[in-house]
Amino acid sequence: MSMSEVLHVERSNYLATVTDLKNQGYEMCVDVVGVDYLSNMDRPLPEDVVPERFEVVANLLSLSKRSRVRIRVQVPEDDPTIETLFFLYPGTEAMEREVYDLMGITFINHPDLTRILMPEGWEGHPLRKDYSMGSVPVQFKSVNGAG
Amino acid sequence: MGKDMNDSAFEEQVPESLALVSETSEGPQELLEEENTPRYELAAEFGSTLRLPEGIDVNPGDIDIEFADEKMIINMGPQHPSTHGVLRLMMELDGEVILRTKPVVGYLHTGMEKTGEGLTYLQGPTNVTRMDYLAPLSNELVFSLATEKLLGLEMPERVTWIRMLMVELNRCASHLMWMATNGMDLGSSSMMIYGFREREMILSFFEKVTGLRMNHNYIRPGGVAADLPDGWEDDVLSIIETIPGRLDEYDELLTGQPIFRERVDNVGIITAEQAIALSATGPILRSTGVAWDLRRDMPYLNYDQVEFDVIVGSIGDCFDRYSVRLNEIRESLRIIAQIVDKMPSGDYKIQDKKITPPPRIRIDESMEALIHHFKIYTEGFKVPEGEVYVAIESPRGEIGCYMVSDGSAKPYRMHIRGPSFVNLQTLPTMLRGGIIADAIAAISSVDPVMGEVDR
Repeated sequence: MSMSEVLHVERSNYLATVTDLKNQGYEMCVDVVGVDYLSNMDRPLPEDVVPERFEVVANLLSLSKRSRVRIRVQVPEDDPTIETLFFLYPGTEAMEREVYDLMGITFINHPDLTRILMPEGWEGHPLRKDYSMGSVPVQFKSVNGAG
Repeated sequence: MGKDMNDSAFEEQVPESLALVSETSEGPQELLEEENTPRYELAAEFGSTLRLPEGIDVNPGDIDIEFADEKMIINMGPQHPSTHGVLRLMMELDGEVILRTKPVVGYLHTGMEKTGEGLTYLQGPTNVTRMDYLAPLSNELVFSLATEKLLGLEMPERVTWIRMLMVELNRCASHLMWMATNGMDLGSSSMMIYGFREREMILSFFEKVTGLRMNHNYIRPGGVAADLPDGWEDDVLSIIETIPGRLDEYDELLTGQPIFRERVDNVGIITAEQAIALSATGPILRSTGVAWDLRRDMPYLNYDQVEFDVIVGSIGDCFDRYSVRLNEIRESLRIIAQIVDKMPSGDYKIQDKKITPPPRIRIDESMEALIHHFKIYTEGFKVPEGEVYVAIESPRGEIGCYMVSDGSAKPYRMHIRGPSFVNLQTLPTMLRGGIIADAIAAISSVDPVMGEVDR
């Protein structure tokens, strides 16, 4: 199994770090994920990293060096925004839309930040830990004379 | 504003006097050369609904056609038969020429990542196997590898080889299915029948081993669900003896056939730079000439102990993608032949009482075994805190699993990086400048499985 490196990056340095890595030969961004650590705030992190509710994880791949690097960025709950990687890696377009759609993190300067998997008018972001499952009222539940 | 820019850009030379646009909402403005417009402004202007996402500045002059005055936006799908499920494409057409496209997905979204957070690690494979329903074993494998990496487990040798055998057979089945549907899309209904016929052989073998033809839940954290049945070698050998002859028949039926070649040659071209920029993996990336295959470049399981070639194309058109897949079936069969030779004897599950439930027969004779079985199936096993990303080569490209554990028996976050989901972004680039009939060939050559795109 290939080894992969994990970097913890400040949100303000995110774009600069990724730009650096791209110049060092990480040609491809394979994945962008959002994680909601609402009920797991005391997760193990390096000492100098302040845990926040959200984390955005970008996975870069270098075809030439055959290595991966994973960048973990802390994103606070009261300002869930982060720079887009679209202009470095256009392939992140759909992945960032997915994170926005399901996790509610806004990517600044993304060209088309709209819902991708959920219907357009949907309220809430389903992958957040405080999104209650099973509480959506079923429409035909209270039809008169049913049951 | 958008219309002004479009029209002026199509004219060969903009007269000096037109460089200042007097009537804009912001007052008089200087009209810059197109390449001076920042990329995000162009993206916002051209984009939002329709976009060429390769990130290069859109140059409307890159297509050599006479532009008609009116452009038209039409919808293809989600019920169009050639869109392979519920894929919808918004296309901007000029006559019959496609200018920009936007794939619209989400019609099959069932929240499988959210569901995965509510299932134990043992139940997880039943969920993920339903994502890419043409390559279910790859999904199970990547989920199991991620779990095992968190647990820090080494699998017995036989488990690894059984897993390799199954995913390689699955790769053949998936590519054969693709050959069939691709043939159907391009008007060769015989190919449709042949592809399904060969795939059937593999599915019968899967049925014998796993009990199911699809959605096997066979590869699980800690091993595989059951040992290979007696006489499995004969079944596998008959598969690897039959299929190569059939592949030669496909060669005769399609590869050398002028009507087929007319439909796929120089259609849906994508360059290596574009494919890398768009994060495309699998046959799409290899068709452009980039020899990137995780089985060889970042070996997992025992792929470093078998010999096989990575098939690459040259110009990245539909024909290259066709021949990459066709020859990958041959390479997979080569791998399978080596696996049959090397298959060791031993356990098909790890002998770790915390993870492996006792064999069924023990439950009848031992109370402790019954309790043990009950505990594992109701509570599951606890996985140490941490986060991992594991990626393997599925028939469609890199399938990855990002798993976060909080130390409980269920994944805290389980994300699958779907290759089809990412590969779909190459469609606007492939379709640009082609005609709408070619779109059918290009969509088919991307091989999207909507179950995995929408998850």
